[in-house]
Amino acid sequence: MTNIHPGTVGQAEPQRPLRPLLDAVRVSKHYGSNEVLKDVSLQVAAGEVVCIIGPSGAGKSTFLRCINRLEVPDAGEVWVDGQAMGFEERDGKLYELTERKLSKQRASTGMVFQHFNLFPHLTVLGNVMEGPVRVQKRASRTVDAEARAVLERVGLGDKIDSYPSQLSGGQRQRVAIARAVAMKPLFLLFDEPTSALDPELVGEVLTVMAGLAADGMTMLVVTHEMGFAREVADRVVFMADGGIVEQGTVDEVLVNPREARTKRFLERVLA
Amino acid sequence: MSTPSARESVRELLPQVRLRHWGRWVIAAVILVILGALAYGASQGDISWRDIPYYVISPIILQGLVNTIILAVAAQVSAVILGVIIALMRISENPVAKWFAAAYTWLFRGLPVLLQILLWYNLALIFPRLQLGIPFTDVVFVDLSTNAVMTTFVAAFLGLMLNESAYMAEIVRAGLNSVDRGQIEAAQSIGETPLQRMWRIVLPQAMRVIIPPTGNDFINMLKGTAMASVIGYVELIRAANNIASFNLQVMETLIAAAFWYMVIVSVASVGQSYLERSFDRSDRARGGPTRRARRRLARDLVTPPLVRSHP
Repeated sequence: MTNIHPGTVGQAEPQRPLRPLLDAVRVSKHYGSNEVLKDVSLQVAAGEVVCIIGPSGAGKSTFLRCINRLEVPDAGEVWVDGQAMGFEERDGKLYELTERKLSKQRASTGMVFQHFNLFPHLTVLGNVMEGPVRVQKRASRTVDAEARAVLERVGLGDKIDSYPSQLSGGQRQRVAIARAVAMKPLFLLFDEPTSALDPELVGEVLTVMAGLAADGMTMLVVTHEMGFAREVADRVVFMADGGIVEQGTVDEVLVNPREARTKRFLERVLA
Repeated sequence: MSTPSARESVRELLPQVRLRHWGRWVIAAVILVILGALAYGASQGDISWRDIPYYVISPIILQGLVNTIILAVAAQVSAVILGVIIALMRISENPVAKWFAAAYTWLFRGLPVLLQILLWYNLALIFPRLQLGIPFTDVVFVDLSTNAVMTTFVAAFLGLMLNESAYMAEIVRAGLNSVDRGQIEAAQSIGETPLQRMWRIVLPQAMRVIIPPTGNDFINMLKGTAMASVIGYVELIRAANNIASFNLQVMETLIAAAFWYMVIVSVASVGQSYLERSFDRSDRARGGPTRRARRRLARDLVTPPLVRSHP
């Protein structure tokens, strides 16, 4: 996998002196009079695993969806690998792209949804091959082999011909992860990937995600799983009321939070 | 069975007498008597049954049958295409397109089909010539006599097709709306273009909602072509009337037409259920048990084990 960047995993050296792979600059979004995001800025380096935590309504999911432009921000820019999402840079200005060209940009990012959103009319293998074959226009024979390998890795090698409706929630989410990984994206966005799962199925999905992180995949994960954040995150971002309250290593944010808002949230969640 | 034998009853099973459904027998008898009376009445009618098979295969009726099918298929296929376009306008972000689609649906669904057919057929009364050119100049590319263009087929086609396209627009819109918003987002997230999203992800799923009412509409269209007889298009009913105008066997020729309507409607119904099945495979694995096998399995699972007495 070419786009997975090798790197040390763990909490040892969270700040790497790298050009950020992802650079969200002062992103704002409102629905009507409700300000969901207020000037949110975040940088993610290649190979980094960043977990975003916070109470519901904090704007975590909206922020994630602004990154691959499923939501169009009202203000601010999102730079991915030196390109402004949704724009073309010319003469010092940003010109908005057509939906078609934006789609091309999106192909370099991957996303995993809370409700899986697998294509119900395609088999497991069809779901995973859809992007590489239709979007990247790669030969279906090589894609087929790769897709089987990816599915093998998420532990679903024996389910390739099943339809999503025949799978458990945990299996579906693992297929969704395989679908995103098969595109060899620069980074993966996870939008509460285990929130819709029965408790006993959460572990199998988190295991797959931890495996990706160990391989050096750049990941931005909105999650309520504090255990996962503690184990896997290079950096934890706490969001509340449409802004980032504080961020830092697991120790800094989860163990010794500075802000009262963070402390209150953690007390409630970890109680 | 792990049931401890101590809990098993020692009572001998007694013969059971099933409830007799007398009411069912009475109702069945009444229905059969009424049907018999109707059949007897029909046999007393002044109608020559023996001539009907001859009319069924007569060249005039067969020509009418072909014309009926041509008109229905042409109008339905065009209506589907136009309906998809109107539906896409209806769900688009363009306020003018949205407004136009709503007004289009309102107009063509609101008027009776027969009235629309008559309006088209009589178009020459207000526009004797049809011209295509640049307004306020003398440039004219096409100039045709309206009567030459507006044949009975064209007028009937337009009336049926435009009305049906308004219904199809609503059916397609409902189908597109039935697809979960998350499906489009997932397709976006892997970088599919708007066209790919529509063609690969949304439409295949919307088809399950679109096909059943479309099939019903086509069956209605097959019968609706009968209205074209009013302006003289020789479909089944007009063909039957044409024969009857020579020999006055009105009922015999109409029954021959009725026979063909039943045949084409039945064929269309079979085609519809076949289409529905082919678009409904998402919850069945390839090579999995067939519907009949699953039904058998389900029955086996719910059938209680036979009660045995232990002598």
